[in-house]
Amino acid sequence: MRALRQFAKTLFLGELLQGLALTFRYMWKPKFTVHYPEEKTPQSVRYRGLHALRRYPNGEERCIACKLCEAVCPALAITIESDVSADGTRRTTRYDIDLFKCIYCGFCEEACPVDAIVETRIHEYHMENRGENIMNKDKLLAIGERYESMIAADKLADAPYR
Amino acid sequence: MPEVRNFTLNFGPQHPAAHGVLRLVLELDGEVVQKADPHIGLLHRGTEKLAESKPFNQSIGYMDRLDYVSMMCNEHAYVMAIEKLLGVTVPLRAQYIRVMFDEITRILNHLMWLGAHGLDIGAMTVFLYCFREREDLMDCYEAVSGTRMHATYYRPGGVYRDLPDTMPIYQPSKFRSRKEIDRLNAARAGSLLDFIQDFTNRFPACVDEYETLLTDNRIWKQRTVNIGVLTPERAKALSMTGPVLRGSGVVWDLRKHQPYDVYDRMNFDIPVGVNGDCYDRYLVRIEEMRQSNRIIQQCIAWLKANPGPVMLDDHKITPPRRVEMKGDMESLIHHFKLFTEGYTVPKGEAYAAVEAPKGEFGVWLVSDGANKPYRLKARAPGFAHLAAMDEMVRGHMLADVVAVIGTLDIVFGEIDR
Repeated sequence: MRALRQFAKTLFLGELLQGLALTFRYMWKPKFTVHYPEEKTPQSVRYRGLHALRRYPNGEERCIACKLCEAVCPALAITIESDVSADGTRRTTRYDIDLFKCIYCGFCEEACPVDAIVETRIHEYHMENRGENIMNKDKLLAIGERYESMIAADKLADAPYR
Repeated sequence: MPEVRNFTLNFGPQHPAAHGVLRLVLELDGEVVQKADPHIGLLHRGTEKLAESKPFNQSIGYMDRLDYVSMMCNEHAYVMAIEKLLGVTVPLRAQYIRVMFDEITRILNHLMWLGAHGLDIGAMTVFLYCFREREDLMDCYEAVSGTRMHATYYRPGGVYRDLPDTMPIYQPSKFRSRKEIDRLNAARAGSLLDFIQDFTNRFPACVDEYETLLTDNRIWKQRTVNIGVLTPERAKALSMTGPVLRGSGVVWDLRKHQPYDVYDRMNFDIPVGVNGDCYDRYLVRIEEMRQSNRIIQQCIAWLKANPGPVMLDDHKITPPRRVEMKGDMESLIHHFKLFTEGYTVPKGEAYAAVEAPKGEFGVWLVSDGANKPYRLKARAPGFAHLAAMDEMVRGHMLADVVAVIGTLDIVFGEIDR
């Protein structure tokens, strides 16, 4: 009997029809695709995307040129030069991140004692010309200024875990 | 009488079925493979040498990039080797988190494998279904570590951060009604653990779907049954590990036979094959996904009931919490010391192996007492598997080469290192 049933199944393409029925049923199920870029998938507050340098609410640069990020960077993507600024504080004169070298491990953010360098959740960026992969201090500060509200909210949400 | 010669064919390194940068020099007699000679090294990045020039922690991120389909398992072997050298024990909660994410990684890897293997052999649909589930698991990766693949999440002494209590949710959009958004967000209302729990409840049905599409399918069977047969003896002699070894019927799983972290507390079975062909290895991996699902469920139950530290409280090895670091001088000194110089480990050597999705992934560390390894050797399962390529495809047709490459689950990141 079992052999007969097996024979019938083979003859009438049983397992193939089962597979087709499965895919056919999905025609009426809700789609799980997302209309990118108008619609986006959820993104964690811990997301490690494009870097930014932050400022304090009073506009002062956070970075104190302690060079911890430079020291901890596994890919040696960060280059810092520092000097004493006009008001007598220690500041960076150069803060470069080579985005092609960066492996987005998040160690710079982890190391920064003043929360100056952060990795934001920005992940849609591109370069058009040679050399744009080097993020200098001005560019990084500009990103920080532009997205400060988002960065601040993300870092606040993740603070209890760090 | 014309001279009859074998035809030599270059398969790869730019072949879509070659899984990355495998270059296979095939000697064909008609369509029958007489000899297969894998050439490797096209993705060599010198990870082992690179690790010698960096403090221990800084190489964690590079371990992700070895076998880039089973990221956290590689990290696990590396941090375990460091922990062995340091002689420290990780907090229990961190061990559970690691085991849970190892198993998530295993499912991720096997889904990737199943999708790609199916695609190679001509099953398109299963690829899409696999990636649907992978998406959820990558969200878990992202929720804990901030990246969807290269996590850099495990640390010597535990894991970087505890599991988040909230999951990111879908935002309202013009394409979906409120109701639809709510449906998408239903699983994301609670913590990450709730999200994973919801996934583990859904997942067995998904595996059933893949099985409906493949297991009995006559085309699938024609392509896999009796292809690339490995006897248990040969499998052992060729130092196979993981599903390839188990597919040949050898009961060997490091999670059971050399339990690390909390695997000895987990209740799971090891599936083994009978014939040692591509089909058996497929069945083994499918069953492994179900077993991983079981392990994850056990971990979730424990993790929900037992909050606690996830990082060792020894600030000679692990950085202090940020609040402490900002308010306390000694912590700040520890912080600076750890992020510049790192820590030193005692002189000696250690080998730590984990049951990575592909087999035994091991890291052998030699330390001369400095803050960086004197030598690091990664034992990649794929390397041994690829070495058996010739033996497995000899006498098969050209199309079966693709099936064998697929079944060995080759990833070049770990083979070339």
